Amino acid sequence: MAEETRVLLQHIGSADLLTVKDYREKGGYRALEIALKDKTPEQIVEEVAQSGLKGRGGAGFPTGMKWSFIPKDVEKPVYLCCNADESEPGTCKDRIIIEQNPHLLLEGILIACRAIGSHQAFIYIRGEFHRGANILQMAIEEARREGLIGKNILGAGFDCEIAVYRGAGAYICGEETGLLTSLEGQRGYPRNKPPFPAVAGLYDCPTIINNVETLSAVPVIIEKGGAWYAAYGTEKSSGTRLLCLSGHVNTPGVYEIVLGNMTIREFIRDFGGGVPGGRKIKGVIPGGSSMPVLRDDQLDIPLTVEDIQKAGSSLGSGAMIVMDETVDMVEIALLLAKFYEHESCGQCTPCREGTHWFVQILEAVQQGEGRPGDIELLLDICRSEYTSICPLWAAAVWPVRAFLKQFREEFEAKIQPRSMEAEAETAPAS
Amino acid sequence: MPETLHNQETRKIRDQQPGKIDEILRRFPQKKSASIPLLYLAWDIYGYISPEAMIEVAEILDVSPAYIQGIVSFYTMFPLKMTGNYHIEVCANISCHLTGAQEVLKTLENRLGIHCGERTGDGRFSLQAVECLAGCSSAPCMQINGKEYTHLTPEKVIEIIDSLD
Repeated sequence: MAEETRVLLQHIGSADLLTVKDYREKGGYRALEIALKDKTPEQIVEEVAQSGLKGRGGAGFPTGMKWSFIPKDVEKPVYLCCNADESEPGTCKDRIIIEQNPHLLLEGILIACRAIGSHQAFIYIRGEFHRGANILQMAIEEARREGLIGKNILGAGFDCEIAVYRGAGAYICGEETGLLTSLEGQRGYPRNKPPFPAVAGLYDCPTIINNVETLSAVPVIIEKGGAWYAAYGTEKSSGTRLLCLSGHVNTPGVYEIVLGNMTIREFIRDFGGGVPGGRKIKGVIPGGSSMPVLRDDQLDIPLTVEDIQKAGSSLGSGAMIVMDETVDMVEIALLLAKFYEHESCGQCTPCREGTHWFVQILEAVQQGEGRPGDIELLLDICRSEYTSICPLWAAAVWPVRAFLKQFREEFEAKIQPRSMEAEAETAPAS
Repeated sequence: MPETLHNQETRKIRDQQPGKIDEILRRFPQKKSASIPLLYLAWDIYGYISPEAMIEVAEILDVSPAYIQGIVSFYTMFPLKMTGNYHIEVCANISCHLTGAQEVLKTLENRLGIHCGERTGDGRFSLQAVECLAGCSSAPCMQINGKEYTHLTPEKVIEIIDSLD
């Protein structure tokens, strides 16, 4: 039976970690001391690169490499933005760190700032996280009183400020350039890349954007070394991952595991306690609502980034959503299409129009008003997936295409005009 | 900008919370970044994002009211009309949908006698279906004035509503 490997969630649930004192008792802020006193910024970047840590927000970009993109000897201020906009449906891991171990995140942010030469970090937290924003604000104020934020941190001559910035309900602001325009006080429209944020980001200054879970892994990497961290997991996914298990399972939850030790089915069985009522699984979305759905007969593959990729999907943000045999897949495809339609920022025509078309067509199909050729039309719309500024349009396309591919018969059944014979057979006997 | 909206009606934040405005402006290297934080403050003071609230935020930031309206219309959380004393936001996205969000919504609509997006006649409750609240592993979930309620069932929802003053 597979078990958790708790590194980031180590003390969560068993100890109170909200104050600096609590956190220090569990070894907290030791890594910051090491980073400020025993290591150069280059050595911190090197250690993180060696750890193999990759972004945990969904895209999986190597963190050490991202940090190394900050131009040397830059005269403008450098900014770090922590992406706490956790909005990908199914994803609920970052808030656990924010609400239950805020100093872990602050410590990771401070070390990251040291590494990239930043003296100002912003935590962009989604507006709906009232509690999380308050907890972070209190943690920051306490850390400042303790000399961990502000001028001359730990007497090591390093200055750094951290500010919390609440969003106001827009999925698109989880996209890194949308986050930046939002933080600049504009409508959260994503920007074209290049220039990449590391060169011209917030206020046109070099900026690094990292996810909460990513930054929270930094302290342990600095304390125990990149090689120690890299020894966990697989080549393409080192360390531990927080997986959010939801939907039709008996024990949903956020579980910290090392990838490579179990199959997807075993994960759902051992951690999720199986499906309620002993029902069969129909499909599983392995990495947040944007990622292509897998069928039940694809679940016996190892739960790794590599194997899920081979199966045509992605571990994305680590959000696994289980759907049992009673689920109407057309209904779910429509539900997700409505989400992306609502969240499209409207800048790019393919996304603004395409998400709307998806909803109109799927709604008709769901209501029994679909026309022959609708599936082909949907697939045709999908072909424009890479024609927008940001990945939201692709994120809207992938589920539609995957639901059509994996459960095509359910769509066909709703579109197929019922033959006269079938009508006659189902007519009540008189 | 209508002349009648000037001065008396659009000075509430500056009259009531001048210190808070300064504190917010100090956080950012550029003034415009204060738009969303000031709108939150305006929401608090005006009760919702009224035209007057938008005009005042625009005046504080030296931008046009239209610019602020552009921000407000982009972000779904800012209410353009009064919400209830208890503002209920029910997640209707995938994980909650799979675990009974529709029953939760129906129960609330029946109990309160309003539809999603409406406010009760006495002003006590308003109801809204919202996108994923990141409570997926304790679905279905909702928030009332920002406080989270999880593992909802129709029975539990009624208990929660009845327990509010």
